[in-house]
Amino acid sequence: MAYVLQQFINGLTLGMIYGLIAIGYTMVYGIIGMINFAHGDIFMVGAFLSLIALIGLAAIGITSVPLALALTLLFAAAIAGLYGWTVERIAYRPLRGSFRLAPLISAIGMSILLQNFVQVSQGARSKPMAPLFSGDIPLWTDAYFTAHISTMQIAVVITTLLVLAVFTWLVTATPLGRAMRACEQDLKMAALLGIDTDRTISLTFVIGAALAAVAGLLFLLYYGVIDFYIGFIAGVKAFTAAVLGGIGSLPGAVLGGLAIGLIETFWSAYFSVGYKDVAAFSILVIVLIFMPSGLLGRADVEKV
Amino acid sequence: MASRKGAGGALVDAGLSALVAIGVFGVIVGLKTDSGPTSLVLVPRPWTVAIAAGLVFLGRLALLGWRAWRPAGTPAPRRLIRLGGSAGRFATPVLLLFALTLPAYAGRYWLDLGVLVLTYVMLGWGLNIVVGLAGLLDLGYVAFYAVGAYSYALLAQNFGLGFWTCLPLAGLLAACWGIMLGFPVLRLRGDYLAIVTLAFGEIIRIVILNWVSLTNGPNGISGIPRPTLFGLTFSMGGGPGTFAGFFGIEPDISQRVMFLYYVILGLALLTNWVSLRLRRLPLGRAWEALREDEVACRALGINVTTTKLTAFAIGACFGGLAGAFFATRQAFISPESFTFMESATVLAIVVLGGLGSQLGVALAAVVMIGGSEMFRDLAEYRMLIFGGALVLMMILRPRGLISVRLPSVALGQARKIAAGVLAQGRG
Amino acid sequence: MASPLLDVHELCMRFGGLTAIDALSFVADAGKITAVIGPNGAGKTTVFNCITGFYRPSSGGIGLAVPGGGRLALERMPGHRIARQARVARTFQNVRLFAGMTVLENLLVAQHNVLMPNVVDGLLAVFGLGGHARAERAALDRARFWLDAVALTARADDPAGTLPYGAQRRLEIARAMCTRPILLCLDEPAAGLNPRESEELSDFLRRIRDGAGGEPGCSILLIEHDMGVVMRISDHIVVLDHGKKISDGPPDAVRADPLVIAAYLGEGDEDETPAPSREAAG
Repeated sequence: MAYVLQQFINGLTLGMIYGLIAIGYTMVYGIIGMINFAHGDIFMVGAFLSLIALIGLAAIGITSVPLALALTLLFAAAIAGLYGWTVERIAYRPLRGSFRLAPLISAIGMSILLQNFVQVSQGARSKPMAPLFSGDIPLWTDAYFTAHISTMQIAVVITTLLVLAVFTWLVTATPLGRAMRACEQDLKMAALLGIDTDRTISLTFVIGAALAAVAGLLFLLYYGVIDFYIGFIAGVKAFTAAVLGGIGSLPGAVLGGLAIGLIETFWSAYFSVGYKDVAAFSILVIVLIFMPSGLLGRADVEKV
Repeated sequence: MASRKGAGGALVDAGLSALVAIGVFGVIVGLKTDSGPTSLVLVPRPWTVAIAAGLVFLGRLALLGWRAWRPAGTPAPRRLIRLGGSAGRFATPVLLLFALTLPAYAGRYWLDLGVLVLTYVMLGWGLNIVVGLAGLLDLGYVAFYAVGAYSYALLAQNFGLGFWTCLPLAGLLAACWGIMLGFPVLRLRGDYLAIVTLAFGEIIRIVILNWVSLTNGPNGISGIPRPTLFGLTFSMGGGPGTFAGFFGIEPDISQRVMFLYYVILGLALLTNWVSLRLRRLPLGRAWEALREDEVACRALGINVTTTKLTAFAIGACFGGLAGAFFATRQAFISPESFTFMESATVLAIVVLGGLGSQLGVALAAVVMIGGSEMFRDLAEYRMLIFGGALVLMMILRPRGLISVRLPSVALGQARKIAAGVLAQGRG
Repeated sequence: MASPLLDVHELCMRFGGLTAIDALSFVADAGKITAVIGPNGAGKTTVFNCITGFYRPSSGGIGLAVPGGGRLALERMPGHRIARQARVARTFQNVRLFAGMTVLENLLVAQHNVLMPNVVDGLLAVFGLGGHARAERAALDRARFWLDAVALTARADDPAGTLPYGAQRRLEIARAMCTRPILLCLDEPAAGLNPRESEELSDFLRRIRDGAGGEPGCSILLIEHDMGVVMRISDHIVVLDHGKKISDGPPDAVRADPLVIAAYLGEGDEDETPAPSREAAG
């Protein structure tokens, strides 16, 4: 029982990270109908930015962990936002009217570019970092196992919830959020009504990137080691989460992320670790075949 | 569109671009993490960032200048267009002649490169059937490549069958996989189909990696037999039963390389011939109609599922044949050769070539694979340049190198159709 | 004595909470032109989509009398089987041509099922087996016949996407006829046509109904807003409003029906200018 609880806690924590990345996918797909292949790599860049920021802050003498984290979060989100803006401007905007495959190839190119950009700049070796948090709270003990929740996990959950709260406020209560939702419904009409669609789309990418950077920071804290390749796999899983939750639905993305995190953790615990990525990919295939509109999405009726 | 900016505005624009560059490059390039005594330390590299920002500044200025001098939409000078047109007519026979006679004057290195390029040409032509003709976004083509390679390797290892026996079997197995994988997913559209096929490609790679008892996992399968010429092997022994022994000449490694070259050339030309034939037949027309408008196809009584499946299966078959060749050429295969990067590369070749154009795909393969080999010395920068090249290609020429379509049948004179009118398929 | 060809019985179509078609019943006779009219949103295209297999009806039946006796239940057949087996062809509200293929190629694709009855045949043809050449010649002949009928022979090798709008509409009908249907369903064929083109279309549709040049006659089911065309050529009119049938009979009876006039309130009788043409591309 305690073992199950532990997996549940682990899965939930992992799921929060996936959820943050998934939001970026679902927002971009909702607004311009393309899968941003490079989004997973923005997450990876965010992780590296966080690593550099943390080392830098430690080097200049900031020892308070909460302060360092807060500064790092803002820093990584800002710079990653810049990356998101740049990627959209360079690789997607010129192709916006173009045919379907062009932005896809461009996105794949961007993904490869980002991965290798980081690899060349920072070296190919994986980068470890000493854990910032220690300690945990035992929750439940039974005959074989004691379930803990570590302070790290608590930090991940709290940070995610806070970020999500800010983000939800942004999307529902601000003019920007309204503009985003309008563009998502009907881009041409939104433009006709005077919404600056270019700017709205850019900001969508920026926000998505910022959230992915937060996920990167959390990933760094949680796992303690990053390399330039984490973006690809995490990206596909996060996209699976977005599809599972219903593409275009923001709460769906978070829900999907939690689901994927839980499934992956339980699969690793009870079946096999080697095949854990297969589990995520298989879910993607199954969801797309049987439930393409996901859990919370709208079914598309084809207009003939 | 007249430039609204003028010189001052251009400087400001370039300046802002440089600022963005500082933001983007500043942290990741400017502060390198290196191993320190106890943990990672940061190594500042301000000059690298400054140079990068400077390059961006100048580049942006140049781009704005170019746009002011020649606004987008100005047609290319007529001389160039005519030149391109007449060159096109000669390109195919010239290339074919060049390919056929290459071993006569090329050294070992170039011959090897030729074999590599031809493998990708064949893969490109195979994927072209799926993506270019039928308009199905397949991001997992490497799966069929892997099935072909591993089928041959395992059949040869466990049943002692030779290359020529296994070749059609590999194609058949790959085609079966194509049908199995395609059947549940072919009603998905566009990007969804792309991501599902990507997932399939990855699943197959991970399964190969982990199913050690069957595939030997990450260690791969070695000792895969080479192809024979009517029973003559190309071993270095030189005795009876070998190529050298039969013709009474000194055994030389280049003989085997030349043989492999002609094998892949033959396979590639077979792929090309089948594609061209199918394109003129109802099946090929149905594929192109599917790409144009699937709903209209259904209304005309065409079974869309079967049509998509045949495209998928035939494309998969050629991928499998190429995979079998790959296995025999290397004599060793491992899951590392069958990553998503391969699928992406082949897809990039097809898109760069210009969807559906055989010549375009061949040229694109030469450019991309040949180009990537040229950059091999730059090792770590190679993939960086590759990624950048993909983005650049799409921005500059999204329709590909050869972006015209020749109708398969005509009452009068068949005239080229410009790519602007073509649909690209929603999957 | 008119024999029923298409028998729609208690057809219902619901999308979630919205009932688009409510217990619709009507009969279209063989060898006649039946028009389905009604204000915008009445459910006309939805009826078409049910008949041609693009939607699966929520309930009700659609029966088609096939030549040689027998009846096919269309409500349970997938779209491509309806076109292929039941020989029901259709055109679309927003013209759906294969824009990147030539006019001639469009007409040949329509004859796909004749040219390639199954996959094996299709693959054997690669090697020159299977009597394919003869079938292709026959298909070209049929294509030439219909090119002539719609006056597009001169443009046979042009990409369909470059044709003017009126020509595209004609091509779509010719393409549908190349499938040799027994029932042709036309979704607003006169939309966007000027009065002269509408006249030519009316004549063309009458020729299709009566058969000409060796081609047998073909029954027509027609959705249309242009009352001039409807009144000129229809043998039988069914009027829908909000998914329900409100009138059913010959043109004269429908024209005078007070329910119909009330439904079209504000648009008057058929002498008024036709409803504003829809934007073709949508």
